[in-house]
Amino acid sequence: MTEMIGLGRGGQGAFTAAKLLGAAYALKDENDYSLAFPSFGPERRGAPVRAFTKLDTRPVLDRSETSKADYIIILDETLYSDQLHSLLKPGGKILINSKRKKGENILAFDGSFLSEALHLPTVNTVMLGAVSSISGVVTVNDLFQAIDTYMPPKIREKNKQAVMDAAGEVFK
Amino acid sequence: MAKKFLSGDEAFAEGVRLARPEVISAYPITPQTIVVERLSEMVENGSLRSEFIHVESEHSALSCAIGASAVGARAFTATSSQGLLYMAECLSYASGGRFPIVMMNANRSTALPWNIYGDQRDSISQLDCGWIQAYAENAQESLDLALMSYYIAEHEAVSTPFMVNLDGFILTHTYETVDVPSQEQADAYLPPYETENKLDLQHPRNLAFSAGPEHNYIFKYKAHAAMLRAKSVVAEAEQRFAKVFGRCYTGLLESYRIEDADYILITLGSIAGLCREAADSLRQKGHKVGVVRLRYLRPFPSEELAEAVKQARAVGVLEKDISFGNEGTVFTNVNSALLQAGISIPSYNFIGGLGGRNISREDVTDIFERIESGTERVQFIGVEVDDK
Repeated sequence: MTEMIGLGRGGQGAFTAAKLLGAAYALKDENDYSLAFPSFGPERRGAPVRAFTKLDTRPVLDRSETSKADYIIILDETLYSDQLHSLLKPGGKILINSKRKKGENILAFDGSFLSEALHLPTVNTVMLGAVSSISGVVTVNDLFQAIDTYMPPKIREKNKQAVMDAAGEVFK
Repeated sequence: MAKKFLSGDEAFAEGVRLARPEVISAYPITPQTIVVERLSEMVENGSLRSEFIHVESEHSALSCAIGASAVGARAFTATSSQGLLYMAECLSYASGGRFPIVMMNANRSTALPWNIYGDQRDSISQLDCGWIQAYAENAQESLDLALMSYYIAEHEAVSTPFMVNLDGFILTHTYETVDVPSQEQADAYLPPYETENKLDLQHPRNLAFSAGPEHNYIFKYKAHAAMLRAKSVVAEAEQRFAKVFGRCYTGLLESYRIEDADYILITLGSIAGLCREAADSLRQKGHKVGVVRLRYLRPFPSEELAEAVKQARAVGVLEKDISFGNEGTVFTNVNSALLQAGISIPSYNFIGGLGGRNISREDVTDIFERIESGTERVQFIGVEVDDK
């Protein structure tokens, strides 16, 4: 099972990203299953939000919060702390939206630069593009399908562009 | 059938849409809100033709549903926690009037301390109110129960309201893949609601009347008998369901690896999946363990449960409930079933998940080990506090 924890602030779309990733994975093949859920509670703009995605090739039965993740995806770099490394599986990585963050098991990626270039208010789909490239769990096309199914028509094209730009950028 | 990525609440709303209720009355409360939001959107965009009534309270929500059912309409409502408790007065009106209303309850903790997270103390406190109670494990079962609940509740041998319970957040707010049947399939499964138990100008009769001591008692007996008849109607509803939709359910309870199990954990709701996984891991280490998931608490599967655990050496009950000063109420019901069947084995009660507290894989593994080695009769898992 591949497990991801997304960290963001209320309004940044961490849970939307978790849901799109789960949908992209589960809908691509009959034998793929996923769960996506937010850290539960009242929703407040700006408050830290966690989002969980579990991906597997059989139905996911464990609905408890992920205690060890393959990837931790941080949308807002102020949410980084060194303790997060204790939530990683061996070989796990932290993918962070940052110009400069460095360290062991940390992959920094300036997602905000790309989302601002597209005039997108959120960086979530940019980070999804990066996740697709780094993890290989879903393709860009799988994400397009999820965006087409679960995002309002008005914002689909921009978000698909964000996924594509990020996926290309990560490989540079 | 279409594969969709839905939360438990959304899946249930899809099931309700397919059941075509003629009246929906509800008041929003976390974590039930999304069901009501989705249904109101469906009515707004025309994908569901239904009278959607915005009410000012849960008491009114169920009162409205009773009124609708009393003129022969298929009625739906949904609630959670304090909302369920606020409508408690009306629960016995619905069951006593034999109005086959379906209600979704998002299982949530009851105040105080105030808390919006999931446990099962809200619905379990209402076990005696005369409603059928089912507990879903996942989003697919939630959708399927929305359809089956109407079939069972409205069956002329039953005519009893039906409460479908979904664990708050862990099920209501978790997204997963769900097969959404077509309207044609749903229509083939669920006939329109027909009843004589309604206000009808052509056939005037008295409904929702008073009854003195002599007759009141007979009405209660009849309600009890109808609830017991629901057991065979559940089986009928599931056989028909398998035929139309190709998905099979296992009646009032679901057993897992119990055939040769020495130690069996009995539980309900969305935690059952983790219990089965923990059982698999323990099996690999040579422990003969199994799991029983109670899908229904009313009618209670006494005989089925006794049959399932009759070879076991000990059982445990994991529930998100406590009846203060006694034990978990599911545990009480389980022990009664074992006693009735003459089964005398140690049983242990594990109270967990109250107020939404996480139940981890380690917790469940520890529970199995305690059932095997013997432990305190009633315990709150993971709690070590000075109770003085």
